[in-house]
Amino acid sequence: MDKIVIENFSLTYSDGVESLFNINLNIPANQITALIGPSGGGKSTLLRAFNRLNDLVDVQRISGVIRIDGINIFRKDIDVIELRRKVGIVFSRPLPLPLSIYQNVSYGLEMMGEKRKSVLDDVVEKTLRLSDLWDDVKERLQDSAYSISGGQQQRLCLARTLALQPEIILLDEPTSALDPVSTAKIENTLEELKQDYTIVIAPHNTQQAGRIADQVAFFLQGKLIEFSSSDEIFTRPKDIRTQDYISGKFG
Amino acid sequence: MQQLKEDNLKKQLRIEKIGFTVLTILAIATVLPIIAVVIYIVYLGAPAISWDFIFSMPRDGMKSGGIWPAIVGTFYLTIGTAIFSVPLGIAAAIYLSEYAPNNKLTQTIRLAIINLAGIPSVVYGLFGLGLFVVFLNFGTSILSASLTLAIMTLPVIISTTEEAIRAVPQSFRVVSISLGATKWQTIRRVVLPQAIPGILTGVVLGLERAAGETAPILFTGAAFFLPRLPNSPLDATMALPYHLFVISTQVPGMPIQIQYGTVLVLLVFVLLMNIIVTIIRSRARAKRQW
Repeated sequence: MDKIVIENFSLTYSDGVESLFNINLNIPANQITALIGPSGGGKSTLLRAFNRLNDLVDVQRISGVIRIDGINIFRKDIDVIELRRKVGIVFSRPLPLPLSIYQNVSYGLEMMGEKRKSVLDDVVEKTLRLSDLWDDVKERLQDSAYSISGGQQQRLCLARTLALQPEIILLDEPTSALDPVSTAKIENTLEELKQDYTIVIAPHNTQQAGRIADQVAFFLQGKLIEFSSSDEIFTRPKDIRTQDYISGKFG
Repeated sequence: MQQLKEDNLKKQLRIEKIGFTVLTILAIATVLPIIAVVIYIVYLGAPAISWDFIFSMPRDGMKSGGIWPAIVGTFYLTIGTAIFSVPLGIAAAIYLSEYAPNNKLTQTIRLAIINLAGIPSVVYGLFGLGLFVVFLNFGTSILSASLTLAIMTLPVIISTTEEAIRAVPQSFRVVSISLGATKWQTIRRVVLPQAIPGILTGVVLGLERAAGETAPILFTGAAFFLPRLPNSPLDATMALPYHLFVISTQVPGMPIQIQYGTVLVLLVFVLLMNIIVTIIRSRARAKRQW
C-alpha cells in the first residue's frame, strides 16, 4: 500500500537555489525508502515538504500534490500541527532542544496538552528503549540533553520523534555526524521500526542506502531519475546516470 | 636574501609590539577616568554615609539629616518604570522579531525605535508633562514620572530584547515546530528561556538610566522637598538624582559630604542592579551549551 503519493510535484525557493521539478513517486508503507543523489539534488527539500517544514522558509511556488493516506497535505483546511505530529523528522545534526533529556522526549506530547506524569513517564521510557538509549540515560533523565555524546543525542532525537507516535518518520542524513558504532545502532533501530512505521531516509552515503533501504529513489538536480527496489538500483540500474552515481563516477 | 627575510620579520615583530602597547595604553586610558571618578566620590562621600544619613529625613533645609525619602522615591520610580516598560518592551520585541512581516511598516517601526533612543531626556520630560500630568490629569506624581521614564526606557529594552531573541539559533525553532508545537509554544518554551540573560541585560540597562535621570522627572513627579514619604502613586516624591541637583545648585552653604554622600548612594544603587544581573546572567550562560 502506498503511504505517500507524490504527483507532478514542483517546488521553487525564492532564492531559486534548490528546487524540485515535476516529481512523481509512490512511497510504500512499512518499508524504508531511501532518497539518494548528490547534495543540492532536492532530497532534503522533498523530505521537508512531507511535513510542510518548508512553510518556515521562503518558498516561492508549489505545484502538484502530495497525498498522505489519500489526503492532499497542501489543502487549505489541513491542520499542519496535526500533520507534523503524524510525520516526524530527524535532522542531519543532532539538535536536542536546550532542555533535559526527559523534557526533550516528552516535549511533543506536552505541547499536545498531555500533562499526566504517568503517561509521559511511560512514553519516555518506551521510546528511549526503542531507540536503544534507555540503559545509557535512565539514571540521568534530568540532566541536560547536551551532556550526552553526539551519537546518544541523535538517538535522543529519534526517541523524541517516536514519542509522538507518528506514522511516517523522515530522516535527513541522520548519521552524517556520527561514528560507525552509533550509525550501526541507528540503522538497526530503523530496521526494527519499519514494521510499524513508514520510513523515508536521505542516507548520507549510497552504501547506507544499500544496507537498509527497500526502495531507492535517485535524485539529480531536482529531478527524480530512477525509482525502484534497492536490488534493482544497485545491480541493474536502468539509467546511465544512476549507474555512474552508484559506481562513484560522480558524486 | 636570508638577511632580508630576517630583517623583515624583525620589523614585523617590532610593529606588532608597538601596536599592542598602543592598544594597551588606550584601554587603560578609557578605564582610568572611571576609576578616578569612583575613587573621588568614595573619598568625599564615604564620611557622610551613616545609618542616620540613609534612614532619616532631611533636616535644617536639607543641610543635615538623611536622604531616606530620596532613596525610597528612586526605588519607587524604578519599580514603577519597570512595571510599565518591561512587559510592553518584551512584548514589542517578541512581535518585531518573531511575528512582524519584513516590510516597510516594520522597518519604519524599527527605525523609529532606534531614533527614540537618541532623543534628549528633557524632551521626554516635557512630553510627560503634557500627556500624563496635564492631559490625563495624573498630576505631578510617581505615576506620571514612572510613565515618562517608561517611555524613555522602552527603546533600550525593545532593541536589546530583540537582539537577544534573534541570537537564539533558528534550528531550535525548526525542531520545536517539527515536533508539533505552535509558534507561541515554541517562543514560550524554547526561545524566551534562552533569551533571558540578554533580555535581563537590556532591562537593567534601561532601568539604570531611568534611575539616574533628572530631566524626565523634573516636571512630572519630582518634589524639591517632602517632609514625609509618598504613600500613593499619585503623590509626588523626592528622588536621588533630582535631590542631588537641588542640594548642589539650589541650596547655598550645602556641606560637600552630603552632596557626595548622595552621589555615592546613587552609584551603589545602580551598581547593585548591575551586580545582581551579572550574577543571574553568568549563571544562565554557564548552563547554556549551544
